Order: sequence, then C-alpha cells, then structure tokens
Amino acid sequence: MTKMHIGNVADIDRKGSRTLKVNDMEIALFRLSDGEVLAVENKCPHKGGTLSEGMVCGSKVHCPLHDWRIDLHTGKVEDPDTGCVPTFEVEVDPATGAVYLTV
Amino acid sequence: MTLSRKKLVLVGNGMAGVRAIEHLLKLAPDAYDITIFGAEPHPNYNRIMLSSVLAGGTDLSEIVINDYEWYRSHNITLYTGHKIESIDTVNKKVRTGLGVEAVYDELILATGSDPFMLPLPGADKEGVIAFRDIKDCQIMMETSKTYKKALVIGGGLLGLEAARGLLHLGMEVSVVHIHHYIMERQLDQEAAVMLQRELEAQGMKFLLSKQSEAILGKKRVKSLLFADGSSAEADLIVMAVGIRPNTALAQKSGIAVGRGIVVNDYMETNIPGVYAIGECAEHRGIAYGLVAPLYEQGAVLAKRLAGVQGQGYEGSVTSTKLKVSGVDVFSAGQYDEPAGSRALRYQDEIDGVYKKLVISKDKLIGAVLFGDTADGAQLFSLIKSGESIQGKERSLLLGLPDDALKASPSARLEAMADDEIICGCNGVSKGAIAEAITTGGCTSVGQIKACTKASASCGGCKPLVEGLLELYAGDAAVKVKEGICGCTTLGRDEIVAEIKRMELKTVKEVMNVLEWTNEEGCSKCRPSLNYYLGMLWPEEYADEKESRITNERYHANIQKDGTFSVVPRIYGGVTSPGELKKIAEVAEKFDVPMVKFTGGQRLDLLGVKKEDLPKIWEELDMPSGHAYGKTLRTVKTCVGSTFCRFGTQDSIGMGIRLEKEFERLNTPAKVKLAVSGCPRNCAEATIKDFGVVAIDGGWELHVGGNGGVHVRATDLLCVVKTEDEVVEWASAFLQYYRENASWNERTSNWVERVGLDSIKAALDNREDRLALGQRIRTALSVTTDPWKQIVAERELRKNFEPISPIETA
Ligand SMILES: Cc1cc2nc3c(=O)[nH]c(=O)nc-3n(C[C@H](O)[C@H](O)[C@H](O)COP(=O)(O)OP(=O)(O)OC[C@H]3O[C@@H](n4cnc5c(N)ncnc54)[C@H](O)[C@@H]3O)c2cc1C
Ligand code: SF4
Ligand code: FES
Repeated sequence: MTKMHIGNVADIDRKGSRTLKVNDMEIALFRLSDGEVLAVENKCPHKGGTLSEGMVCGSKVHCPLHDWRIDLHTGKVEDPDTGCVPTFEVEVDPATGAVYLTV
Repeated sequence: MTLSRKKLVLVGNGMAGVRAIEHLLKLAPDAYDITIFGAEPHPNYNRIMLSSVLAGGTDLSEIVINDYEWYRSHNITLYTGHKIESIDTVNKKVRTGLGVEAVYDELILATGSDPFMLPLPGADKEGVIAFRDIKDCQIMMETSKTYKKALVIGGGLLGLEAARGLLHLGMEVSVVHIHHYIMERQLDQEAAVMLQRELEAQGMKFLLSKQSEAILGKKRVKSLLFADGSSAEADLIVMAVGIRPNTALAQKSGIAVGRGIVVNDYMETNIPGVYAIGECAEHRGIAYGLVAPLYEQGAVLAKRLAGVQGQGYEGSVTSTKLKVSGVDVFSAGQYDEPAGSRALRYQDEIDGVYKKLVISKDKLIGAVLFGDTADGAQLFSLIKSGESIQGKERSLLLGLPDDALKASPSARLEAMADDEIICGCNGVSKGAIAEAITTGGCTSVGQIKACTKASASCGGCKPLVEGLLELYAGDAAVKVKEGICGCTTLGRDEIVAEIKRMELKTVKEVMNVLEWTNEEGCSKCRPSLNYYLGMLWPEEYADEKESRITNERYHANIQKDGTFSVVPRIYGGVTSPGELKKIAEVAEKFDVPMVKFTGGQRLDLLGVKKEDLPKIWEELDMPSGHAYGKTLRTVKTCVGSTFCRFGTQDSIGMGIRLEKEFERLNTPAKVKLAVSGCPRNCAEATIKDFGVVAIDGGWELHVGGNGGVHVRATDLLCVVKTEDEVVEWASAFLQYYRENASWNERTSNWVERVGLDSIKAALDNREDRLALGQRIRTALSVTTDPWKQIVAERELRKNFEPISPIETA
C-alpha cells in the first residue's frame, strides 16, 4: 500500500473526474458536488466502460456505455445489475486541498 | 432496571393508522406503550369492503382486520367509541369527549375524512346519510326493512356502489347525477350509457342532469326537490358526492392545515412529535382518497417512529376500478376522440360488451372498455409506447383470435411455466417476477423493473408484467404515473410549463422546486433539463456541461473501447485537396487506426485516445463536425446543377448555406439535413429530418424522415420558390421542433406524435415563421465552437489529460 500525493482538489471539476495510471491500472477520481473526492478503478464491471467519462449524479456515476450505475463510495453496481469495482482511499487535506490516494 | 418506554397515541382507529402501528410493531415491538382512540365503536375494519357487505357478498364480521384480541396481545390500550376532542400540544396530552386523557411522546393523527354533505335545506332530516362507515351501512340495512324508496345523490364510483347495495337490500333505487351521464370522470358517453343500461337492467333508475335543491319532509325525508322544479320521492337519501379530510381536531389544536393536515415526506406536521397519515393528511398538496397510498405513508411513518433510516414518502399515483356487481369498466388515454383521430368501435349489445379504440394516424391514443376489460393492460401499454398498430387494429378490437380468446389472460399467465421467459431483452422468467412480487414485496411495475429488470428495455413485455402483478399482488398493485425518468412523475410538457411559469433558471433549481426524488437527478433527466433550460432561456442560461451526455462532454463519439472518433466539419460534403491533406497528415501523426467516410459524407477519424483529442483538434484547425451531439449533424448534398446533367438547382450551394446557417444548433435529438438537385433525389433527402428537393423553379421541403431503426419517409411540408424561403421554412420548422419535442425525440417520432397538420398550422402564417426564425437565430448567436474553446482554455483541456502523481519524499 502506498500513499501518493496526486494533486489538488481544484484539478478535478465538481461532478467531474480525472484519471490516473498506477502500474497497469487506470484509476478514476471523481469530485462530488459536495466536494468529496472518491476513487475507483476506471473500468465498468459490465463491458469495461471508462467510468471517468460517465455522468456523476449524487455519489453515483452512470457508465457512459450502457448506463449502469456505480456507487462511488462502495464500488457496488446498483440494482438490478450486479458487480463491483475496486475503490481506493482518498484523503483531502482540508487546509491545502492536497489530494492523497492510497493504492 | 426497567426500561421506560415512550408513549405513542393514535387518534383514529381506521385503515391508515392501524396499518402504521402494524408496521411499527414489526420494526420495534417494544419501543412504545401504544394507546389508540377510535370514534367508531368497532375494532379496526376494512372500509373498502362495506360495498361488498351492502351488496350481500360479505358479512360485517368478516371485514374486521384486527379483532380485540389482537390489540390485547400487543398490549395496545384501545378506546373505541371515544372521540378525541382536544390536543394539548404543550403538555402533550389528548382528551376525549368523555373525559379520558392520555399523555403522549409521539402522536399520530389518522382521522380519515368526512363525507361531503351537500348543504341543502333539509339535509339534517332523518333518513339523510352518507356512505362511509358501518353505521351508515347498518342504517341502510335497517331502513330497507321498513321503507321502500331510496335516492343516491352522486353517480360516481361510491354512489353507484351504494346504489347497488341498496338494490340488493330490496329498495327501489334512483341515482341522481348532476352530469348528463354517469362516471363522467372515467368514461365516455357510450360506455356510460351501456353501464347505465346494465344497471337499469338490475333495477336501478337514473335521474341525470339533475341539480338537487332541497330535501322536503317533516321529521323524516319525504322527497327531493330539483332546480328544474321536478321532484322525486324518497324515504332514504344517501349522499355520495365526495369526501373532505377530517381536520377539525388538528385545526383547533394549532396544527397547520391546508386541504388536509399538512405533512412533510416523513409525515411530520408542523408540531414536533405530531404526525398525520391517511385521508386526513395533505402531502405535497395532495390528500389521497384510496388505501394504497395510505399504506405507503404508514410504512414511512413506522420507520421514522422505529428510528429506522429510510426514504421519505414521495407521493403516489393511483388507479381504481368500479366494484359494481361484476361490471368491468376500463378507460385510458384520450378516449373522447380528439380532432384528427378516428375511433373503432365494437359493440355487443347481447353480451354487454363495448370497446372503443381511438386511433390517430396508425397509433392507439385512447381506449374505453366495458364489460370485458381483459385487454386493458395491453391496450394501455400500446397507448403509452406509441408504437404503430397498423394491421393489428382488428385483432386488438376483437381481442385475440380463436383459442386465445377463450382463455382469459390471467388464466393464461397462471398456467405459464415458471421458467418461461417474460422479458426477452433481459431474460427474466415468470418465476423471477412472481418472486419479486410475493417475497420481494414489489407492488408496481416500476419496482419490478428495478428489482428484476423485466420490461426495462424495449417495454414490449410490460402488459405481461402488469398481468403478473395483478395476479400476484391483486389490490396491492399500484399503477405509477411515469415521468420523464425515475426521478419525477412529471412529464415533459408539465416540466417545461413549470420552468416557464416559475422562471426556473438552473437544473438544480428545477429539481428542487419540482421535488425530484433523486437530489442530483440521473443520466436521463439532467441532459433533458439542461436542454429545456437552454431552449427556453438561450441568452441567460449557462449551459451545464456536467449535465451533458458523454459525447457532448468530450465533443467526440465515445467508442466501445473507450477511444473516441473525430469528425471535422466539411460543409455540404465539399472539401479541397488542401483540407484533405491536412486531415491525412493529422491522421498519420496521431496514428489514427482508421479513417472512414461516414454515412453523411464526412470523414471520420476512429480510435483516437482521449488525451490526444485536444491536440488533434488543434492541428486540424477545423470546426467541430458535431457528429457526436444532439445537434445539427450534416447536410448531405448531391452534385446538383453544378455538374449533374439532370440538376435543376444548385443543391451544393443550398446545402452549404443550410449547414452554415444551423451549425452548432442544439436540438432535442440529432438532426440531419439533405439537399437534392432534382427529384431523382440522390442525396436521399426524403429520409432526413429536413429534406430539400429541387424541382423546376422551386424547392420541395420535406420533414420527419429517418433512415435509422424505424425507417420513415418524410412528409411533404410545402413547396417554395426561392433559396431564402428554404432557409425561412427550415428555421421555422427546426425552431418549432426545438420548442415542442421531448429531449431525445427525433423529428420522425415527433411528427408522428403531434401530426403533420399541427406543424403545418403552426408554420402557416409568415409572421409566426419569422418569429420562430428570430428565436432560432438568438439561440444560434450564443453558440461557440467547442473544439476551439477547449484547445484555448487550459481549465477545460485538463480534463482530457491523466493526472500525474507528485513526487513525495
Ligand atoms: C364504501 C367505501 C368504499 C371504498 N372503496 C375503496 C376501494 O375500492 N379502494 C380504495 O382504495 N379505497 C376505497 N375506499 C376508501 C378507503 O376506505 C379510505 O381511503 C381509507 O379507509 C382511509 O383510511 P384512513 O385511516 O385515512 O381513514 P378511516 O379508515 O376513515 O379511519 C379514520 C378513523 O378515524 C376516526 N376518527 C376521526 N376523528 C376522530 C377523533 N377525533 N377521535 C377518534 N377517532 C376519530 C374515524 O371514526 C375513523 O374510524 C372506500 C371507502 C368507502 C367509504
Ligand atoms: S438528385 Fe438530381 S441533380 Fe442531384 S445528383 Fe441526382 S440526378 Fe443529379
Ligand atoms: S460497460 Fe458500463 S454499463 Fe456497459
């Protein structure tokens, strides 16, 4: 497990996302409308859609390919579909806005 | 140590209140000491069944839901025949008219409603009653032993049920109704007349178009006088003209009251610790008069009282059917034959069956069924789906052919094997749906859809799902009105009207004010709201890029492997060697895996990585072709008079002009144009949203074509003479479409839905056309080229690039 300083919250738009390659895996970082930053593997359990390109509604993202909904807190796919994406711990320093990702 | 329990008091021992208590007992059996006060001298009973009691199908003792033993075994203190007269919300105490007092920590008001009694002179005479409770039922039974003549005022659902009961009791019954036919809120005149005849055959009489004016008699009622001077004799008058939430107690106790006792989504009134549910409550402006919603409210309140986190109550849309002596009645959609529609009727006077299908173009828009309502669900789903029923009219009207006709749909469903697939799209079996209903507790098609995915795709199986719901859930089934998505029950027109009326200016505002159930909406409603707001307030509205579909957020088409495709704008499909060279060089430089001509005469660079998009756009230095958006795509052209030996007009010039005119226009769905230089129509203009075909000395304008899933040839809109007129009509048509279609609705669907005639009428007047044209130019004036903007602005560009971690020590 490594903790990385990956940038500042301001790098991610609200209800937007950024991606990051760690080793061979792509991670999608989302910033919710309330400012919280969450990270999941950027790969939809359905057919591998890039979740970072999906629409963020509340704390869920709609996969851009076939509209599966993924809860960004738990990584769980919402009913009636099933599946799960790995999630990663994110910390935001409230003072500086620095974002740390633990992988 | 003894645990001190909180004290819960329920006022109103009816269907809603006790249902909430039942739920609460399941969730938190030991949390409260419960006391219930009921004004009626009975334990909790099923009010709906009073109709059956009166009609002779059921005994009064059978309609009790919870007997006295139930209250005892749950340690509930029950006071029947005790009406609460006052609430002291400061000291938290209630008091009955007989002087019994009880203190509470939490108080539920479930006082139901009062029947509405017409304030006629003489309405206080003996023999004038309502149809609401056991007492009314008993009075009717008693009266029928000594008296003969009964009048029921009100020819709606409840009135007819009362009248049917009185007939059963051997009385002579007349139904007095103010409208000229009965059940006018549910039926068309033909069906109402057949129903009336059916009931007349059972012995019921009708006095229609009659306004009651006074009740005459000494002590007891003798007759009813009407406004037209006529009168009718009566020993008993039952008023069934409506109900009114029972709010008197709440009102005098300082609890906020509107139509009913005002509650929030958790059934809380304005006074802490006081809740209201059932017919007495008003939630989001609605006081319900049917049990299904009351049960939902009860479940929400029980959770709240048990301290269980849960979603609030969001309102219900309900349906009901007439429970009169085996007469089946169904109606849906526009059953009163609006202009431009035609109706197919089937009338079988012998078996008392009436069916009417209202058809506009080749679509079903309304239906009334009387006597045989087995096809109701199927017809309803056809109305909603809007699919063509061409060629099927006969079988729809007559029901299914031959053997299928004999078995009823529910019998067919019942006989079906559990592993038979109901929803072909998602592979959901009958067994899975049955389980979702019986053990999963689903009571609506929406819930079944959410739980099993059945009917979540094409929706073709919805009637079957509805049939199964009916079969397994029976009366618990709730018909939910469908909004534009799961976040709202409002339809497109309602939403647009509200945005205009309240001048809502952001997506968030719309969702708040119109009470969206998902706070941030979903991938369906957000893009539509963003579109409607932009369409309504072109100059003020700030487009929300985060509410755009993926393609429009990245200004390129997302492909199945997460790469994108880039289509630069090439007006009218005409390019130059220089432009081609540039495209070729960029494609080589960025290793674009495939270069392809699109169906719309443009060049597509396929397989581009997201991070390369801004660089490609920069190097291309061409405008965005918008091949990814709900917007003007391409204007296809043929060679026309420029080179073709048949061409009568300059189709290339016309196409380029149109493409430049409407470039970047936001539209409800993608829009494609084409211009052909003569009727040979090499540009295939008659399968485009707006097609232009040159003829000798003019231009034919065609609309509503589609070459996609449902191929549709255009309808001819009109013929014009000059190029300027082509632009004028195209502007007007496109703007009218922008203003009236639903988001994601192609012109082909829209033209079929609203009818070509309505569009012609709207564009007919030149002034109107020019006004529409003015509005489309306003909308266009605020658009910019997204590629240029992203290339120029670092803040936008960053979203295309991956983050690179910062070295830490
Ligand atoms: C004849 C008939 C047929 C119906 N058929 C259908 C149908 O087919 N489908 C359907 O969905 N709905 C039907 N309904 C409507 C349905 O019965 C009501 O919606 C439902 O009963 C309302 O429940 P409630 O608990 O809010 O009120 P109620 O069941 O009316 O209970 C309220 C109770 O509170 C008591 N009360 C009032 N004030 C006080 C007070 N101050 N102190 C103590 N007690 C008080 C009343 O006496 C009453 O018993 C029918 C109604 C009637 C009358
Ligand atoms: S449509 Fe007519 S003008 Fe255009 S290319 Fe075909 S034949 Fe020639
Ligand atoms: S790949 Fe995500 S929904 Fe299909």
